[in-house]
Amino acid sequence: MEKHALLIDYKYCTGCHSCELACRQEKQIASQDEWGIKLAEFGPEKLAGEWYWNYVAVPSSLCDLCESRLEEGKKPACVHHCLAKCMEAVPLTEVPVRLAELGDGVAVFVP
Amino acid sequence: MTMDKEWRVEEGDLIRTRTCGWSPPGCHPVGCGMFIYTDKDGNFVKVEGDPDHPITQGRLCPRCLAMGEFLNHPDRIKYPMKRAKADRGKDKWERISWDEALDILETEVRKIWETYGPEAIYVSKGTGREATEYAPPMAQAVFKTPNNAFMMSGASCYGPRTVIGDFLLGAGYPELDYAAFFPDRYDDPRYEVPKYIILWGKSPLQSNPDGFFGHAIIDLMKRGSKLIVIDPRLTWLASRAEFHLQLRPGTDAAIGLAMLNVVIGEDLYDHAFCDEWVFGLDELAERVADKTPEWAEPITWVPADVIRGAARAFAMNAPSSIMWGLAIDTQQNGAQAGQALLALGAICGYMDVPGGITLALPSSFMGRWTYETLQFVGEEVEKKRIDGEEDHPAYAVGPYAHPDSVLTTLETEDPYAFHMFYFYASNPIAPTCYAEPERWYNAIVKMDFNAAQDCFMTPTIMGLCDLVLPVSFFPEHDGFVLPHFGRNTHFLGAMNAAVDPGEARSDLEIDMIVGKRLNPEAWPWDTVEEFFDAQIHTQYDWGFNDLREFGAFQQPFEYRKYEKGMLRPDGEPGFNTPTGLIEVSSSIYDDFGEDPLPYFMEPAMSPYSTPDLYEDYPLVMTTGGRSFVSFHSEHRQIPSLRAIHPDPLVTINPKTAAKYGINDGDYVLIENPLGKCVERARVTNEVPERVIHAEHGWWFPEDDPEAPNLNGVWKSNVNRLIPMYKVGVTGYGAPYKNVLCRISKADGYEAGAADPALYEPRASRGPESMTNGPSQPASYEVIHPE
Ligand code: SF4
Ligand code: SF4
Ligand code: SF4
Repeated sequence: MEKHALLIDYKYCTGCHSCELACRQEKQIASQDEWGIKLAEFGPEKLAGEWYWNYVAVPSSLCDLCESRLEEGKKPACVHHCLAKCMEAVPLTEVPVRLAELGDGVAVFVP
Repeated sequence: MTMDKEWRVEEGDLIRTRTCGWSPPGCHPVGCGMFIYTDKDGNFVKVEGDPDHPITQGRLCPRCLAMGEFLNHPDRIKYPMKRAKADRGKDKWERISWDEALDILETEVRKIWETYGPEAIYVSKGTGREATEYAPPMAQAVFKTPNNAFMMSGASCYGPRTVIGDFLLGAGYPELDYAAFFPDRYDDPRYEVPKYIILWGKSPLQSNPDGFFGHAIIDLMKRGSKLIVIDPRLTWLASRAEFHLQLRPGTDAAIGLAMLNVVIGEDLYDHAFCDEWVFGLDELAERVADKTPEWAEPITWVPADVIRGAARAFAMNAPSSIMWGLAIDTQQNGAQAGQALLALGAICGYMDVPGGITLALPSSFMGRWTYETLQFVGEEVEKKRIDGEEDHPAYAVGPYAHPDSVLTTLETEDPYAFHMFYFYASNPIAPTCYAEPERWYNAIVKMDFNAAQDCFMTPTIMGLCDLVLPVSFFPEHDGFVLPHFGRNTHFLGAMNAAVDPGEARSDLEIDMIVGKRLNPEAWPWDTVEEFFDAQIHTQYDWGFNDLREFGAFQQPFEYRKYEKGMLRPDGEPGFNTPTGLIEVSSSIYDDFGEDPLPYFMEPAMSPYSTPDLYEDYPLVMTTGGRSFVSFHSEHRQIPSLRAIHPDPLVTINPKTAAKYGINDGDYVLIENPLGKCVERARVTNEVPERVIHAEHGWWFPEDDPEAPNLNGVWKSNVNRLIPMYKVGVTGYGAPYKNVLCRISKADGYEAGAADPALYEPRASRGPESMTNGPSQPASYEVIHPE
């Protein structure tokens, strides 16, 4: 299967933690010391007079981009449940086009 | 978007059951669509969001994604348990059969009926959960008592907003139009995206309030909606808003009056709509003529130009919308804040138009049934409800007991003594509803008999109860979801049992089981399916099994219902108010001793109403902000959720924290003349320098469960700083989100510990000693001088 990237349109990421819990269930990660994806928080700080407050979910080395789900034609568990619908799994070759469509404030992970 | 007819299918080795979520564990009636996977033995395997659900479209919040952890939690209450009255507060529970539990409950209730009368039984109800539908019938159609309520002081949750809606708007619950009624949602040709959305005292992402799917706000932001956020906190949404009115907590009415001053003064309102559908605009215009943004600035701490800019943007960009939040309820002045807010939406012409504020005729079969169960109380006993009628006639119009008057009655035994409390989906001594919780605890511990139904052992049950019945989680029972509790309900969702509940039963099932013992004439149904069929058939020609096949049934909807006679039971055009119009000046408040027009009143404890106190307690404390991973006092024992949010947090501005030598993560003692508690510092710009936000709902399931510690329920109990009986003239609204406090660094949670046996009640039942504002406050002593 073609290699995918995880795109996070973090201008809309609300820090809801659904991706973390979805991954925990999907990958059956019971220990609270391990995680498949984890939120990072920046701010709120005033930068050049405007509030800057962003969350970005960062996949860990345990993330396989839900390969088995992708093979079944499903979205990865985190993407499927993301409350802000700000995550997507995109084939590597299509990443530049999708990035151009999404505009500013997007992170790309190739876990 | 349509949902499959098949709601239960085999998928490989697993069985997939579709359901819509509600509670327990705690949630509002959001009705998120999901599939529950079980194995051939009926064990839970996993949960997955249903992509075909019209509102949630596959998305789930972290609480439901932790479903396996609550279903299989070792601490859940799995069977009925009893404990000797002498052992209240001790962990000496004994497993019993349902039959024995019912025998005990029946015997105790009949004893109270015969000795004191049914009114001596009190049902203390929790918020938002399925219990909202089923607790009042437990009181009225099972125990035959007229006394039940959600127990925040001033009924400060939802009640005030719905009652203002009833009195002034006459049209159910006004809700942001997020195309929720349309199968094609935002793509429906009738729909328009709101240009501005005012989020007023509301943080919908975390709270999914009343059944509104919070992240619909994100859907709309992606489609171009801009935000005006009125909130003392810089929420994540506020950080993305065009206008953030970061007001001093409790001054919402002043903001509302100033926005009306701009909209009316600059002639930005919808004349055509007002001419036809608004009552009292001239009086309102006169009232707000001098309430300029410059008048509001020193009161609210919001710069005048921000208020003016927000008012103009809202009025000049049709359609726009408003969402009102809990903060409207949690202040004495809330009825007026809500009145100003409704007036703003109305005069701008945004009521029931595409992209505006949807309205509904507030009737539903479930609401009707809940209300009709009052017949089993009987008129004579109904008159004995402790509803504060003498002091708050506006409150007594409704069917609920008045929490502040109930506490007074508990302490004075006037006009009669209570003898039994029943806790229904509620852990009120944890800081969720009871203010001054030690007073409640000390009064209730004296009852002859207390019982509860719940799914986890709580400090309330451990401290006070003699019997507990086990409640099933929603994946374990059939039911249905009614967003907005029937007051503006975009869909009806089917809830299908997927997992074996063991001995646990749903709230409705417990009502039926206990009801068949105590008052069988009210409970003719043998199964919940029969019950639901009977209720649904009063409105639709299909039944519960059809609803299972629909999955989520989106109700028919039309805009501008007031033009079509769809908002009044008599079918006449207009609104269901005495004048048939939206009343921006009330035609009935006079009868309740209330000002017909909105006014501003200082909170009971504030920098300006109690300047002496302010010298010693120089910070304004707000409370109640929600987290994604809990529902009020619930979810504290769910490992993955607790790991995300392990401690009660008090949010402090970096400059304020530095002033008091407090670092992020430090324990902080928060005190005022009423009490104290300890939380841990979250030092951040989310609050301004003069305001702190302290979390509610905390207790520690991992701590010693026995009294007086009760899982540490007193240590981080922010409601110990909140007064009872500081309510508005209507009897509604209380200062949960606007009191004074001071902070200092502490060594640990122990600095907040307490033993209610050592509690010294304040000399006064109502803290009017802390008020030198206008004469509205209605405390017990003011009204009943000795
Ligand atoms: S893609 Fe799958 S494995 Fe990776 S973070 Fe998301 S849920 Fe976890
Ligand atoms: S689920 Fe989506 S919105 Fe929620 S934290 Fe993760 S990336 Fe952000
Ligand atoms: S807990 Fe979250 S996902 Fe579950 S029903 Fe409530 S809002 Fe929906």
